Amino acid sequence: MGIELIIPILAATIQSGTPILYATLGEMLTERSGILNLGVEGMMIIGAFFAFLVSYLTGNPWLAFVCAGVCAGLLGLLHAVVCLVFQGNQVVSGLALTILGVGLADFLGTGYVGITAPGFSPFEVPLLSSIPMLGDIFFKQDALVYLSYFLPFLFWLFMNRTRWGLALGAAGENPAACFAAGLNPVKLRWAGIFFGGLLCGLGGAYLSLAYTHLWTNNMTAGRGWIAVALVIFAFWRPGRAMFGAYLFGGIMAFQLRLQAVGATLPSSLLLMLPYALTVIVLLFSSARGKGRQAPAALGVNIEPGE
Amino acid sequence: MLGFKIEKRQEPLKWGSFFIFLVALVFSLGVSALLLAIQGKPPVEALFLLWDGAFAHDWALEDTLLKAIPIFLCSLGVAVCFRMQIWNIGAEGQYALGAVGATWVVVTMPEAPFWVLMPLMFVVSAILGGLWAAIPALLREKMGLNEIISTLMFNYIGILFLEFLVYGAWKDPSSFGFPMTIMFPDTAIIGPLFGRIHWGILVCAVSATALTIFLKHTRIGFEIMVSGENPRAARYARMPYSALVVLVMGLCGMLAGWAGLIETSATLNRLQPTIMAGYGFTAIVVAWLARLRITSIAGYSILLAGLRVGVENLQLELMVPASFTGIMQGLILLSVLAGQFFNWYTFQRTKRG
Repeated sequence: MGIELIIPILAATIQSGTPILYATLGEMLTERSGILNLGVEGMMIIGAFFAFLVSYLTGNPWLAFVCAGVCAGLLGLLHAVVCLVFQGNQVVSGLALTILGVGLADFLGTGYVGITAPGFSPFEVPLLSSIPMLGDIFFKQDALVYLSYFLPFLFWLFMNRTRWGLALGAAGENPAACFAAGLNPVKLRWAGIFFGGLLCGLGGAYLSLAYTHLWTNNMTAGRGWIAVALVIFAFWRPGRAMFGAYLFGGIMAFQLRLQAVGATLPSSLLLMLPYALTVIVLLFSSARGKGRQAPAALGVNIEPGE
Repeated sequence: MLGFKIEKRQEPLKWGSFFIFLVALVFSLGVSALLLAIQGKPPVEALFLLWDGAFAHDWALEDTLLKAIPIFLCSLGVAVCFRMQIWNIGAEGQYALGAVGATWVVVTMPEAPFWVLMPLMFVVSAILGGLWAAIPALLREKMGLNEIISTLMFNYIGILFLEFLVYGAWKDPSSFGFPMTIMFPDTAIIGPLFGRIHWGILVCAVSATALTIFLKHTRIGFEIMVSGENPRAARYARMPYSALVVLVMGLCGMLAGWAGLIETSATLNRLQPTIMAGYGFTAIVVAWLARLRITSIAGYSILLAGLRVGVENLQLELMVPASFTGIMQGLILLSVLAGQFFNWYTFQRTKRG
């Protein structure tokens, strides 16, 4: 394969990886606060739908982007109510959230399938886009991609260098100690769920505002679940999340390109690739070691009256 | 000033779970009706249509019972997995593989007599469905792979594999390009027992009875129940925990596989992608609501099947999309999860200052 073929695939890799990156960071934030939320797929698709809807109604994609995040965050708060107030099982509640979110997006979006809405289009970053090769891959993208370049670093900065971030991490590692230090782990988890959901929604918004400029059913197609897997793969660290997201972006872009050139392989086999890769990638990262474990209190509810 | 304090109950609330379910159901129906009202559809009429289409006529009850069969089989296995605290959410994929297995037998030997064909279909779909669950179980026990992710990914892969076959090698040449296999011969069809109800319902009864006897009266069954209560204690008592996990998952895959077989053979009479109706996900809801009580599994299967059939009626009468079922299932599950809090906790009024 020539270089002129590879560069478009790599540029498409960044594009396909971006929604997964947003969602992975979202789930990572929630899990760092000690809550497992398997509703990523549901929150993403709600984000995708409301991004489309707001953009369609107002014509303002930035407003749509923000609204998508807030709507997904609000859906996530249902998980917070069930798990933080009513001590419900986090696994089942997250699953229910996905079932609900996917159903809701499909239900609300029935009349809009195939309709287009204004979104984000690629533009060249001055100077940077003229770097040979790298410019073509990284700096001829849309605004949401550029924003996502900063996210892993901001995530790291927040978790490790700010008071709020450290407190959030403490709620995920040891809620009792967090409480003893005068912080409220339950409130921190509320925040973790809301802002994590918000990021997942932004990932969904990318799909309907930039990846395509329209609404179709089942737009997320399992990307939310891939994000859940990537959090484990990334050992709860933002840098590796970026790597993982682009790995999956790569396989999706490659698979699409193969379909486009009319490969002899049937499309259903090609579509299996990302899902099969998820299992394989997780197998390689299941080794345990220092700094590789999940937050110690992940998935454990804080009982009332302690 | 009045305040509230949360207190733990000494004993779980009696009759609590069913009462909680009723409240959750009413709440979910209310929210769903509200959603319809927002879309300008008559909410009260919708609830009536839902009831009418699911339970109010002989044909409606038959439809409901027919849909309850695959849900029941899937939930049986999922309930045992949940009991062992294994989060198998792959019933959907195991169901797909079961359907593929059964169809494979039919397309390889369509001429075979009933007594060869039917048992082989059951065996092959049990093996394929079982494998589709046992592989994630093995990966979990040997490599520490999270079973939630792996079973979910196996769902996607299984469904795509089914599509690959139906769009490709197994496509009926006379189907005008539609993705479907040949019509099954009569010898491969699970026929009616009474009315439109086919003898797949007997498979449910036999499976449920066998499972109950297995869990209550055999040593391995006892070990499964104990491991469910306390995996650490089970390991400490030298129970083969990993083997039990693989066995339970395999059993679940087998039952889900049979659900796929029955749906292909009895309902569609051929394999086509529409067979993937999300029964595997409904089974998760049922398994969580019913736990491991067989009668509850049957009851909740019928109720949730009724919801699906009722929504089909809404689809016809009010153009409500099928995804409405998902909304209701999600809401019911969320509100039951929240409601189960009151099984163990109570709010006490406290007077302050």
